[in-house]
Amino acid sequence: MPPTTSHSPQPDLYEPISGPSLTAGQLPRGAAPLTLTVVVLAALGLWLSGWNPAACAVLGALTYTAVIYVWSRVVEGSRKATDRLVTAVVTCAFLLALLPLISVMVTVLSKGLVRFDAEFFTNSMRGVTGEGGGVYHAIIGTLIITGFAALISVPVGMLTAIYLVEYGRGKLARAITFFVDVMTGIPSIVAGLFAFALFALFFGPGVRMGIMGSIALSVLMIPVVVRSTEEMLKLVPNELREAAYALAVPKWRTILKVVLPTALAGIATGVTLAIARVMGETAPLLIAVGITSGDNFNPFDGRMATLSVFSYYQYVNPGFPPQPALDRAWAAALVLIIIVMLLNLVARLISRLFAPKTRG
Amino acid sequence: MAKRIEVKDLDIYYDKFLAVQGVSMTIQPRSVTALIGPSGCGKSTFLRTLNRMHELVPNARVEGEIFMDDDDLYGPGVDPVNVRRQIGMVFQRPNPFPTMSIYDNVAAGLKLNNKRMRKAEMDQVVERSLRAANLWEEVKDRLGKPGSGLSGGQQQRLCIARAIAVQPDVLLMDEPCSALDPISTQAIEDLMLELKANYTIVIVTHNMQQAARVSDVTGFFNLRGIGQPGELVEIDETTKIFSTPSKKATEDYISGRFG
Repeated sequence: MPPTTSHSPQPDLYEPISGPSLTAGQLPRGAAPLTLTVVVLAALGLWLSGWNPAACAVLGALTYTAVIYVWSRVVEGSRKATDRLVTAVVTCAFLLALLPLISVMVTVLSKGLVRFDAEFFTNSMRGVTGEGGGVYHAIIGTLIITGFAALISVPVGMLTAIYLVEYGRGKLARAITFFVDVMTGIPSIVAGLFAFALFALFFGPGVRMGIMGSIALSVLMIPVVVRSTEEMLKLVPNELREAAYALAVPKWRTILKVVLPTALAGIATGVTLAIARVMGETAPLLIAVGITSGDNFNPFDGRMATLSVFSYYQYVNPGFPPQPALDRAWAAALVLIIIVMLLNLVARLISRLFAPKTRG
Repeated sequence: MAKRIEVKDLDIYYDKFLAVQGVSMTIQPRSVTALIGPSGCGKSTFLRTLNRMHELVPNARVEGEIFMDDDDLYGPGVDPVNVRRQIGMVFQRPNPFPTMSIYDNVAAGLKLNNKRMRKAEMDQVVERSLRAANLWEEVKDRLGKPGSGLSGGQQQRLCIARAIAVQPDVLLMDEPCSALDPISTQAIEDLMLELKANYTIVIVTHNMQQAARVSDVTGFFNLRGIGQPGELVEIDETTKIFSTPSKKATEDYISGRFG
């Protein structure tokens, strides 16, 4: 070093200032699973010794969170401790959200599978008072009514979305967006009352038809279709539209041949999910369609049976002995859940099949 | 084929904002005209007015006149779709249609416009366009594969093939090489030199060497000042612009002294 440093000596830059080694402070591998296992076993023990299971679960979750946080804080420092804390909290929230779903699935499966026999799927309820009977008429009724609802909502909803994304400007578009939002919040019973009141104007009070249910459902479905289609159309890059315009393709044909095919997968998924969403509606169908015990597959003539309403009536008016009707109610609910699940699977399949491919 | 474009005192607006002011120039047929200048000075905006793409932006408008040979592009009753039929465009980012195969991408201009054409005829158009875009050898065995599976440079050449498949008179290119590697850039520059035998080409570029290499005429755009509209400073033969420009601003820009 040159002997020119008369002032206070500078810190030597070549020496590391401070800081832990790179591997310092880690919980041993498997610390988290180990703690979890211990806590779960302890909770199980408490449960078996007569505690309330919910209390055991809550206590277990709290204990695990506290133990892992404190342990990590002592060994690893606050940053990793916070990480572990948040991981534990998020996982708990997830499990909590999953709980109702699992509970519903278990209950419906255990009670509904009793009546999963051939008679249930091939017969209607005509002339059935005690045991036996089936939901054939209700399955077909649900499919017809939801099908007509989709037939009304999909064109209206998609065209609205196309208008909003591709053409709409200014006040009209803003008003439509606003009313679509309002429609999203309409309680389903109001939709049913709307259809009921509308048809009562023309056919007199007390009229019930399948198509009334379809209209009530489409009131609920249209905003969902508009919203999902709108989002999908917005995802289509503007560059594709410009590319088409630059090739002298008119706007309407650009929308039809370029924008819609690009967004098709998302739109189809959204529509399928919207159908699944309204399929389980009960209140509007209860008001507008009612229930019948026999086959009526004409949506323009009289009451029809639907799975949700069927399930409801079997449950509130079981007759005597009540058990066969209760079994039918659970089985109908299970059928509905399965149909909705299948629709969701179809939606996934559609989005995979139609998605633009990058590699052949 | 290959028409002359005459721009007379063009003002370009975004709503009330005057973006480019007072552009007058003549674009010669069968030549490459390059537009250079700093970012945000309105080169691309100007380019997009030439095929009436500018007005796709809400409330965007122009004042002034643009003639293609003797037709006023902004005259009353002119259908912008017909303008774009004669003036094709290639964009900065390659944008092949993701739902279409390579073949369909090239044929898109014809197919989307419902041109009835026999299969053999269509095949011919596709092959000719891909050959013209120097892409045929690379994709001839996989015409049915999606266009978005190609590399960036290939996609850009696919877009050029798509633009020339409809046989426009003028080809506008908005920084066609800015996202490409030197080899793809070379391919596209070679392509421009070949295409100028038949087309009028206008290219916007940030790469001055590129302008010097490919263009016959170069126009220099600049902002008049911060918050002020862009303008065409000067336009002249490329050799003259890059050796003895008549304006100080041009000289500063091409020699790297500006601002």
